[in-house]
Amino acid sequence: MKKLINDPRAVVDESVEGFGLAHADLVTVSADPKYVTRKDAPVAGKVGLVSGGGSGHEPLHAGFVGRGMLDAAVPGAVFTSPTPDQIIPATLAVNSGAGVVHIVKNYTGDVLNFETAAEMVQAEGVEVRTVLVNDDVAVEDSLYTAGRRGVGGTVLVEKIAGAAAERGDDLDAVAATGDRVNQNVRTMGVALSACTVPHAGSPSFDLEDNEIEIGIGIHGEPGRHKIAMENADGITSRLLEPILSDLGAASGEKVLLFVNGMGGTPLSELYIVYRRAAQILAERGLSVERSLVGNYITSLEMQGCSISVLRLDDEMTALWDAPVHTPALRWGV
Amino acid sequence: MALDVTWAVKWLTLSAQAMAEHRVELIELDRAIGDSDHGENMDRGFQAVLDKLAESPPETPGAALKLTAMALMSKVGGAAGPLYGTAFLRAATTLGDAAYIDAAALAAALAAARDGIVARGKAEAGDKTMVDAWTPAVDAAAAAAADGDTLAVLIAAAEAAEAGAVATDPLVARKGRASYLGERSAGHRDPGAASSALILRAAAGAAA
Repeated sequence: MKKLINDPRAVVDESVEGFGLAHADLVTVSADPKYVTRKDAPVAGKVGLVSGGGSGHEPLHAGFVGRGMLDAAVPGAVFTSPTPDQIIPATLAVNSGAGVVHIVKNYTGDVLNFETAAEMVQAEGVEVRTVLVNDDVAVEDSLYTAGRRGVGGTVLVEKIAGAAAERGDDLDAVAATGDRVNQNVRTMGVALSACTVPHAGSPSFDLEDNEIEIGIGIHGEPGRHKIAMENADGITSRLLEPILSDLGAASGEKVLLFVNGMGGTPLSELYIVYRRAAQILAERGLSVERSLVGNYITSLEMQGCSISVLRLDDEMTALWDAPVHTPALRWGV
Repeated sequence: MALDVTWAVKWLTLSAQAMAEHRVELIELDRAIGDSDHGENMDRGFQAVLDKLAESPPETPGAALKLTAMALMSKVGGAAGPLYGTAFLRAATTLGDAAYIDAAALAAALAAARDGIVARGKAEAGDKTMVDAWTPAVDAAAAAAADGDTLAVLIAAAEAAEAGAVATDPLVARKGRASYLGERSAGHRDPGAASSALILRAAAGAAA
């Protein structure tokens, strides 16, 4: 294992410390318990938005803390959900009295820890709503699994719900907007290589040189199957097919197309994927109104990508366009 | 022999030793069907338990288990943190302020721990989770408790948990991250069942 680290057990602490130093104009970092808040939190009268999850997915979530997106992010250990003793103070720190929305990816650990924290915060009189993100179409039969995972769509939920909170929507409205984004977004990912969790020291799954893993979550954990390596256009079709059949968007509808890198894939390759995805959407009569390409929800240094398609309505489009000023996403300001 | 706070502290100390010793093994089990963090998380959690025990020595077995619950919930993360946290908290609540635990109280505390795990994780026997170690352990403990010997209860629980963990090998996971593997999860031991067996073996070791 070759990594730019000092001590495998200090990876998250030192990384979050550096993040705080680099973006001191936008965020405040609490070291113990570990969480990141927007510099001006709590914003009077505004619904607070808190998300979090395992580290190793940067810039998710701390990179999206700031005006127009999250009020707080709670990083867990690498690929491990945060704990209630982090989530509770982060929630209290961003509550201005208007209540707080938790944005939670549907992974067992995240759900259990946020659920526990929400119960305890509510016992103190703070209103909490939870938006559960489960956009991953790779998980076919949720009867026999923990349900669909929350993956790339999380970024879109955080941006659009964040804009709704920023313009002054109330607690139920912000949560409803988050739910609406989740219901209209589908994602599927591929891994070309595994990643190495620092404390484990060896790759988190085995993949031969000529194999790829189709239908991954954001830790490389498999969803559908291993197949032989194909070219970019072939892989793009494989990812997009289940998204489109599940989304059921009709010809003429407007969508947002999001091609996300898993951390170890160059932008040039992501654009090759975007190219083919945009062609397929055009062939289906779908109009790509907005797009996002880059590393936004990663799995350390894993090679691969995910494609997300969000069916847009006018309100979601306006909220997507609304100003955002965070370390990892910024426009309109 | 009734168990007291000395037993509880020794149990937790032996558990911490077991997590440190088996850290890599648990990481490897989790690497196969999860995300490689279980051994690391359990080791970190039980080290925090040791710190807390040193910081504020408990006076009753129930207090020791409550302190353990809080430390695990705040330091383990993942699914294991809330699940073990709930288990120890429910067991602590069942024991109350009692200074001594007899066989019946012990069996009841183990049952409460298992019920806590089931309630929090919504898993059933056969889902390839820690429930598959805890349920046979609780059944064996209840049967052994009739004779009134706490050590026999703990040994029965530990042995049943170990057998239960081994029995997860061929199962297809239906809960937790391993469930995403579907059929491919068969042939691997559930890491949570494995760590549960280690903890229950430590409980017996502390009473011996």
